[in-house]
Amino acid sequence: MATLPSVKNILVLDSEGKRVAVKYYTDDWPSVSSKLAFEKSVFTKTMKINARNEADIVMFDGHIVIFKFIQDLHFFVTGGDDENELILASVLQGFFDSVGTILRNNVEKRTALENLDLIYLCLDEVVDGGMILETEASVIADKVSSASGLETMAPFSEQTLSQAFAVAREHFARSLLK
Amino acid sequence: MAQPMLKKDDDRDDEVDYHPFFGIEKGAVLQEARVFNDPQIDPRRCSQVITKVLYILNQGDTLTQIEGTEVFFSVTKLFQSKDPGLRRMMYLMIKELSPSAGEVIMVTSSLMKDMNSKTDMYRANAIRVLSRIIDGTILAQIERYLKQAIVDKNPVVASAALVSGIHLLQTSPEVVKRWSNEVQEAVQSRASLVQFHALALLYQIRQHDRLAVTKLVTSLTKGSVRSPLAQCLLIRYASQVIRESGVNQAGERPHFDYLESCLRHKAEMVILEAARAITELSGVTSRELTPAITVLQLFLSSSKPVLRFAAVRTLNKVAMTHPLAVTNCNIDMESLISDSNRSIATLAITTLLKTGNESSVDRLMKQITNFMADIADEFKIVVVDAIRSLCLKFPLKYRSLMNFLSNILREEGGFEYKKAIVDSIVTLIRDIPEAKEIGLFHLCEFIEDCEFTYLSTQILHLLGNEGPRTSDPSKYIRYVYNRVILENATVRAAAVSTLAKFGALVDSLKSRIFVLLRRCLFDSDDEVRDRATLYLKVLGGEAVVGETEKETNEFLFGSFDIPLVNLEASLKNYEPSETPFDISSVPREVRSQPLAEKKAPGKKPTGPAGPTSGPVVSAIDAYEKLLSSIPEFAAFGKLFKSSAPVELTEAETEYAVSVVKHIYDGHVILQFNCSNTIPEQLLENVTVLIDASEAEDFAEVYTKPLRSLPYDSPGQTFVAFEKPDGVPAVGKFSNILKFIVKEVDPASGDVDEDGVEDEYQLEDLEVTYADYMLKVPVSNFRNAWEGMDPESERVDEYGLGARESLAEAVNAVISILGMHPCEGTEVVPNNSRSHTCLLSGVFIGNVKVLVRLSFGISGPKEVAMKLAVRSDDPDVSDKIHEIVASG
Repeated sequence: MATLPSVKNILVLDSEGKRVAVKYYTDDWPSVSSKLAFEKSVFTKTMKINARNEADIVMFDGHIVIFKFIQDLHFFVTGGDDENELILASVLQGFFDSVGTILRNNVEKRTALENLDLIYLCLDEVVDGGMILETEASVIADKVSSASGLETMAPFSEQTLSQAFAVAREHFARSLLK
Repeated sequence: MAQPMLKKDDDRDDEVDYHPFFGIEKGAVLQEARVFNDPQIDPRRCSQVITKVLYILNQGDTLTQIEGTEVFFSVTKLFQSKDPGLRRMMYLMIKELSPSAGEVIMVTSSLMKDMNSKTDMYRANAIRVLSRIIDGTILAQIERYLKQAIVDKNPVVASAALVSGIHLLQTSPEVVKRWSNEVQEAVQSRASLVQFHALALLYQIRQHDRLAVTKLVTSLTKGSVRSPLAQCLLIRYASQVIRESGVNQAGERPHFDYLESCLRHKAEMVILEAARAITELSGVTSRELTPAITVLQLFLSSSKPVLRFAAVRTLNKVAMTHPLAVTNCNIDMESLISDSNRSIATLAITTLLKTGNESSVDRLMKQITNFMADIADEFKIVVVDAIRSLCLKFPLKYRSLMNFLSNILREEGGFEYKKAIVDSIVTLIRDIPEAKEIGLFHLCEFIEDCEFTYLSTQILHLLGNEGPRTSDPSKYIRYVYNRVILENATVRAAAVSTLAKFGALVDSLKSRIFVLLRRCLFDSDDEVRDRATLYLKVLGGEAVVGETEKETNEFLFGSFDIPLVNLEASLKNYEPSETPFDISSVPREVRSQPLAEKKAPGKKPTGPAGPTSGPVVSAIDAYEKLLSSIPEFAAFGKLFKSSAPVELTEAETEYAVSVVKHIYDGHVILQFNCSNTIPEQLLENVTVLIDASEAEDFAEVYTKPLRSLPYDSPGQTFVAFEKPDGVPAVGKFSNILKFIVKEVDPASGDVDEDGVEDEYQLEDLEVTYADYMLKVPVSNFRNAWEGMDPESERVDEYGLGARESLAEAVNAVISILGMHPCEGTEVVPNNSRSHTCLLSGVFIGNVKVLVRLSFGISGPKEVAMKLAVRSDDPDVSDKIHEIVASG
């Protein structure tokens, strides 16, 4: 039977391999301890790889894991070993970039934790029960910021003019690049 | 989230103090959650509290059922708030809590209101939340809205509905199947993700209807699909259709053009999907492969690791079946050996090892040596396996490959890795005679410093078998004797056996070996001492086993080919008495387990130790007991073989009869198992009348009738035939069941006095050559084959005519011969054009027979077979050929 592309989990870990935000979509890891064990092994297998410019990939135990790091945050997307790697990579990229947009390119553990609600919403908008929901970063970011409505508006208004300008320019550049 | 996690306070202590969730505690957060109940809702604060609860859950903590219910109810109060941000967090919270059916009712009306809200964001999310938590009855209420949502002009809403449909299809397929018109419309959507989700759902709705899938693929491949993800899906569905329809008359596949056109798509994920689909087509030709290989080759030099990985992984798979098609990429592959991603480098190396030619081996080995030091064990094992197959491909290169293996054997590594290396060396020793001495020498070096008992004993055993036959056996003695001095008891015992083998086989060493063995008599371990004593006595001629030296060696070192379960069963049955236990009386037959084997065709046969053979052994014992209890049969000698029961009646007829053929040297007994399925009848004096006119060599000698056969209690009747001694006579028998019927009142059980004679036609029965063949496995076919006298070999070729497939031809020959397939060779890989099958057995008269069958299939399915037989008796070899020629 031809199968749907599916995502087994999305992980955001910190520089020590601890959870920032994780979401599992399958029963491959039934217990909390098996989940933590998976996170540990995926973290140790990848921590030495420089995946800051381009997403990198590792395959083990019948899973494919695509990952990308920024500052002290490690992003992972896991799929089955017969999955199209580039589809998984597009999920990672979509999630990664949308988080970047929401955190105004200040992606690091502290801001991520301060805006954890937005990260959770991002996770919720990327994949639904293993099904890919959206991979376009700008669409995801729009959905999340429209959802968090007032809450994000308030900090926006507190920005200085130059900050606001920088964000606007960033958005503009992104839309040109597309 | 099965069990509650321990408090993680310890972990958190060492975190830096800016952590916004520092010191967060479940109890405190649940206290805070009371703010949800405030009449004046503070959206901001409520959102924060929800985030905290989500954080606790996300860290692996769980809520008890009571806590969960409490939180759930307070969260539902927040539906009063109009704040969109808070609403989103509530949706998340409800999904995370996965409420019970009773709780769901509390929120369905609110969620249904949101589903019809003017805000698209509410609609989309409410749909996703609802579909996650509802059951069938509520689904019926909202079905109408979901159908509408599928064709909603807002893509977010449509996608939400479609994805929900995919999830709901698992639980309520009959409902979702009614949406197919709407889904069909959504496939035409301009929004790319909607198209993707709609296509996925549509296919899942129709996947069991082949025609519908074919139509779907045919219409969409014409080019209305825009989204890359949807395109990938379509490629998967198209290759599914290709798989099911095969190649048409003109040698072309449907939709192949489509796959090929996808190789020129602008999205890389589509190109990859299409290239992979092409390489995975069954029986793909090199012409079909070429365009796919070309795009993958371009990917190899991409700057993106993911792309390189995907390409090299696909090419690696292709190299297993079509190594020549991949050779064009070799230059790009070689540059990947130094890739910073070790997965990519390993895949590149193993691909190169599969595709490389003889001249490039040395260069490759040099590159690999540098590379081995910095990869993990699991990768190293892959490389070692690849090197082994390379060496078998280019036996002339054994020197450099063997050197490489011995070098890595000396380096650090875990058990699995070392075992892979040792196994590889052993394989090379076995298959490449020139490599034997070097290989043995490397293994000797290895056991000098080996921490794994298992590997040491394996190697010692191998040394004992191979060492004495080398040009200078004495040089191994030092290594072996060192084990006796330095190692643990298990290894010492193995070393003693090895020493004894040298002593038995190499006369010039015998006296010196004796000196060494005598020293072992003072070992601290029983087993070691016992072995040393046994060998000294027997080899020194003090105790006599057998008459010739050959028999002595056979006793000490011969292969133990009796299935252990059978031996165990026989020993349990043995009662201490005057007559000693005779090991040759242990049945050697291993009943194959047809069911288990059919279920797992790719696996090796479970062999003698299979647990299911236990009861079968007792079945043979039972036959033997049953037959020897009948005085007329006692004089027939030892039972050679009992066949499996053969049904002689259709299922569910009045009388059920099956037959078991018992073969003796000079007799055949047919045992008819009868059962009466009519409650109103009692059968008496049941016999089987046999017409043996088509079985000339058989003469009926005795019939044992069955006195009475009541309803539902099976009984047996026997007919014995005489046949020429030791000759595998064959023939066909027609049978009639004869009996006297008496009426029975099933209620009272009274039997009518008067009976009527009646008869019942049974199906014909054949005694074939296979009945004279015992299925006896050999542990090592090659050794057994070489141990047979080459003079006894008979080779001939046969045309088997047109056959359905190679596998069918192989099975037909195996069943004609009734022999035991060795080493899993009865399994024919898909699409192979030739196959070699190894069979072993014991023919009547206890003649060991080995058969090597080579099959080939030509274009129009004509199968040809080459049959080589070796056996203890050349006449039997001829006989086997006769059997095949007549079959």
